[in-house]
Amino acid sequence: MMYRLVTLLALIMATLSGMPAKAQDGPLRIEITEGVIEPMPFAVPEFVAGGAGGQVAADISNLIAADLAGTGLFRAIPSNAFISRVTSFSSPIQFADWKAVNAQALVTGAVDVDSAGKLVVRFRVWDVFAGQELGSGQQLVGTTDGWRRIAHKIADQVYSRITGEGGYFDSRVVFVSETGPKDKRAKRLAIMDYDGANVTYLTDSASLVLAPRFSPTGDRILYTSYETGFPRIYVLDVQSVSRRVLETQDGAMSFAPRFGPNGRNVVYSLTKGGNTDIYSMDINSGVSQRLTSAPSIETAPSYSPDGSQIVFQSDRTGTSQLYVMGANGGEARRISNGEGLYGTPVWSPRGDLIAFTKQSKRRFHIGVMRTDGSEERLLTASFLDEGPTWSPNGRVIMFTRETQGATGQANLYSVDITGRNLRRVPTAGGASDPAWSPLQ
Amino acid sequence: MQTKFERGEPMSFLKTTLILCAGLALAACTDPGRFDGDNTVDLNGDNASGYGSGTASDPSSPAYFQQAVGDRVLFVIDTYTLTDIARNTLDGQARWLLANTDYQAVIEGHADEQGTREYNLALGARRANSVQEYLLSQGVPASRMRVVSYGKERPIEICSDESCYAQNRRAVTVISIGAGM
Repeated sequence: MMYRLVTLLALIMATLSGMPAKAQDGPLRIEITEGVIEPMPFAVPEFVAGGAGGQVAADISNLIAADLAGTGLFRAIPSNAFISRVTSFSSPIQFADWKAVNAQALVTGAVDVDSAGKLVVRFRVWDVFAGQELGSGQQLVGTTDGWRRIAHKIADQVYSRITGEGGYFDSRVVFVSETGPKDKRAKRLAIMDYDGANVTYLTDSASLVLAPRFSPTGDRILYTSYETGFPRIYVLDVQSVSRRVLETQDGAMSFAPRFGPNGRNVVYSLTKGGNTDIYSMDINSGVSQRLTSAPSIETAPSYSPDGSQIVFQSDRTGTSQLYVMGANGGEARRISNGEGLYGTPVWSPRGDLIAFTKQSKRRFHIGVMRTDGSEERLLTASFLDEGPTWSPNGRVIMFTRETQGATGQANLYSVDITGRNLRRVPTAGGASDPAWSPLQ
Repeated sequence: MQTKFERGEPMSFLKTTLILCAGLALAACTDPGRFDGDNTVDLNGDNASGYGSGTASDPSSPAYFQQAVGDRVLFVIDTYTLTDIARNTLDGQARWLLANTDYQAVIEGHADEQGTREYNLALGARRANSVQEYLLSQGVPASRMRVVSYGKERPIEICSDESCYAQNRRAVTVISIGAGM
């Protein structure tokens, strides 16, 4: 099994660890490294439908397959290639038939509607070449309207069991929905599933809104709005859509807010007298603390996942660069060292990387570096890429890409942290400033 | 092998209908935009030719301020220092504001689209502040001025060339009567 997998991988794991790739029995697993070039083939035969579950069984199976294939780590085998049909959830799996179509992973399931009208979905994940179940079967229950969430949860389970890492499919993205031409652009906050489904608008477009950010539990959203005519930070409750202004210093502008990992501290930029510095606030007490005081621009702060440090951008040396300081301010150390301008740093949920926007030679890039600034890698390049946000598992980055010229439009894209699998995230119109929620 | 079915974590399916205060509902709770007032002269967007009240031949009219005095100054890329041309324009703005004391000014700072959203907000604030400081130095009281930055959010020219960028790197002095600052 392992040998077979390794032949599909780039052998980089083995190379890096100095160990020869050995043929051995082992669980079905994708080791996610930069070496994953050839996606793992898998099959999700249509879930067995009981009672009224027909269409939704097909929808759920298709969405699970789409989630997995969308990672770039897996490749769905088309159903017309299948030899075996799964007509009963409890029947033995014909492993030989799935081996014959080279399905390494197999996901089977059943969809029923119970007497209360709830959707009951069972699934199992199989390691075809080992002829074994991977993990144990599970049952999920939800409303029929919630079938997408059930499918995403199952796909997260499959992803986790095979990669050993957390999933990200049962998550949402808050973003700025854009309409109208460049010089009259209307913006409003919207929230959707990570894959672009189930869009709901959170504000109207009467006031300019910018850069929404989720709380660590996904229940609240920080954003900047011009509804008073001046940019101010608001905190919005996702469930009730009620909101309140956070920072009301007269004659000041506040923007670029982000929650700390405790969901109580917020770090943001405040501009007074033309000078922009970084502040933090305990949003329960409203007490704020100034963290930087330099005549230069200090903005785009982001906490480390343990809350002990803040990465931010500053032009204190004359060009915009990235710095790290303690959560209470104090001396900052510069971490960006390459040519060009660096901005919008965001600490990864795993804590090991910082994603950023880089501007160099009239191009924009999304990149990642280690938290000490080493091992910088640029993942994208275009006329204008900016504003990275991390998937809950730290494997994927979503960002804004804006096209050039008078008809330029902003859209959301995602890319794997290896730089592979660049995809446009489907949205109805223009979209910018995505922020990924935690796993729901 | 015996398969155990575990109950998935409780699937509190937040009513998918969660949110739903779509546009209309919120509109009710949104204050009228600060710049939507009738007295405000909005140079951005389609009011640009409408120029508020009065005509340019009346030296005390907003139209005169915009067209004859000049309501905006431009900046070199990624800078916020005032050029000689800008100072000349601002001298005229200061004289006009000192002669027309009913008017308040909001100074809007803007940036071109090169640069991140946050940086451009900060840069626009620097530009607006440069104008405010200059007007202050010319005797316009601080109580009559406010500054705001739009960063790259409100371009007036939409091409992606320097010819457009040069027009977008600006600070605009927007005057209004009794705006209730």
